[in-house]
Amino acid sequence: MLHRSHIYGVMGEFSSPEELIHAVEKVREAGYRRVNAYSPFPVEGLSEALGLKRNMVPLICLIGGLTGGLGGFFFQYWVAVIAYPLNIAGRPLNSWPAFIPVTFELTILGAALSAVLGMLALNKLPQPHHPVFNVPRFTHASSDRFFVCIEAKDPKFHIAESARLLQELHAHHITEVSDD
Amino acid sequence: MSAGQPPLDSPEIRRLSPVLGPGYTFGSVTDKISAIVLTRPTSLGWFIGFSIAFSLMGLMTIAIGWLIIKGTGIWGINIPVGWGFAIVNFVWWIGIGHAGTLISAILFLLNQKWRTSINRFAEAMTLFAVACAGIFPLIHTGRPWMAFYMFPYPSTMGLWPQFRSPLIWDVFAVSTYGTVSLLFWYVGLIPDLATLRDRSIKKPMKIIYGMLSMGWRGSARHWHRYQSAYLLLAGLATPLVLSVHTVVSFDFAVAIVPGWHTTIFPPYFVAGAIYSGFAMVLTIAIPLRKAYNLEDFITMRHLDNMAKVMLATGLIVAYGYFIEFFMALYSGNKFDVFLVQQRLHGPYAPFYYALILCNILTPQLLWFYKMRHNVAVLFIMSIVVNIGMWLERFVIVVISLTRDFVPSAWGRYSPTFWDWATFIGTMGMFVTLIFLFVRVLPAISIAEMRELVAETAEEEK
Repeated sequence: MLHRSHIYGVMGEFSSPEELIHAVEKVREAGYRRVNAYSPFPVEGLSEALGLKRNMVPLICLIGGLTGGLGGFFFQYWVAVIAYPLNIAGRPLNSWPAFIPVTFELTILGAALSAVLGMLALNKLPQPHHPVFNVPRFTHASSDRFFVCIEAKDPKFHIAESARLLQELHAHHITEVSDD
Repeated sequence: MSAGQPPLDSPEIRRLSPVLGPGYTFGSVTDKISAIVLTRPTSLGWFIGFSIAFSLMGLMTIAIGWLIIKGTGIWGINIPVGWGFAIVNFVWWIGIGHAGTLISAILFLLNQKWRTSINRFAEAMTLFAVACAGIFPLIHTGRPWMAFYMFPYPSTMGLWPQFRSPLIWDVFAVSTYGTVSLLFWYVGLIPDLATLRDRSIKKPMKIIYGMLSMGWRGSARHWHRYQSAYLLLAGLATPLVLSVHTVVSFDFAVAIVPGWHTTIFPPYFVAGAIYSGFAMVLTIAIPLRKAYNLEDFITMRHLDNMAKVMLATGLIVAYGYFIEFFMALYSGNKFDVFLVQQRLHGPYAPFYYALILCNILTPQLLWFYKMRHNVAVLFIMSIVVNIGMWLERFVIVVISLTRDFVPSAWGRYSPTFWDWATFIGTMGMFVTLIFLFVRVLPAISIAEMRELVAETAEEEK
């Protein structure tokens, strides 16, 4: 079909999480792949219905935690043994048990920071504007309505066809989402 | 009352006590919570409360200003009691923060639904309590403008912090705790900030909430990663919260001072922290639900559960006191035995008895259902426990320092006007921040309440 650059997609509104999941399943059964859903709270089963794979946040968090922990430990080692050795009654310079509390705290700090920053980066946030905000009723996506958007980038996308599919699924307020 | 009806406190009725009042929808919880911030006029009570708190915060500013001009000599600290109020208040405030993290992280991992309507303001309480706590060691250094010496940075003097010192562990524990608590709170706030952005009418509010919400749009792909991140944060905050008061207790336990050098300190400090924290959550929740008619969201079930947590942690604290005595007597160490005698008969004995009364005896009332369901009793009890936990830290710090090994090193300690001014001033700062928070941010997590509505609807089917 003709690629229409000024259209982001077609959006339909639903009033309950069950209807949303049902609609997403049907839209995907119809062969659409560039589909997204918007909800005021995380809906159980929605990720599966959309076929979302496991995300990268846990891996980023693990790497951040390991970096924080190892970096924290060896930094203390470097300070105590190499940079500023203090001979206190001949005790070993690498007194590693005394380094554990700080190592632990830095592990947590590294993991927590990378989990949050990783989540935001993967979600491409902050992003002040997005085409879906052009839909006037989209303000309800943060309170009591659930939206499904079939995106124009989908190879099967056809404005009338896609809108009809949403209509068959009893979506309210089907609107086209302009891309500007 | 008909004969067939069970009495009010029967198990059947108790089980029905809900975590959410009946008849709420996604829209109505959103309306009710966001209205507090967006549409309800600011009440006269808010202004009066805020003014009092803000005046006390002004007192703190004056006290700290005078301290910076004159030095720590304006306080009651001396040799041998170099720690005094600064450390007592630091430990007290840090402890209060712990309940917020416990509610938001541990109860989240345990899938306790009743945490939903109290976690947001409990987390805010954590942040504000950590902020108050942080002031004390900072100004106790005497030269707060040199406080950055505690952090490892490449200085021209080639100096590095002593990483074997519990005081440096404390710097890392408290700053990590503050940072992670802020992250946890902010991540939880993002969807609610988007709600406020979408519902505010005034342009400036829309812009401010819009920037804070970072363009959150509730996309399923975002929620997917968001939930992973939130779960991970909960998993990370859980060991963190246990570590923070453990490290704080190391400040004492690693020293050889009698009454401090015991292995019971870490667990009993953590339990004490949660104890005082839950007391503070109750102190805030009870007026909050009253002022904003949130009885359907913060129900009797919440107050009851919090009272039970207080009772349980209070018993752990009581066990800690008992073991301190037992170990002193059983070991036969003469300095430890002497310290026990000093607690019971020394110059600070009244503080010790007051502590036992506040922390161990009074909370036993919480065994009774009727007491746990009496809001006035709970409110008074929460304040009593907070006083008790403050006394505990006072007893630990002052009695041990004034009565160590050599009689020639014994001393006395009494706080001055400026000690009190700083302490009461931080309470003013804490309450000021709470007032501002309730006014500009949703005090209850709206997104999680909607989730609760969905779950409740699911269960009723």
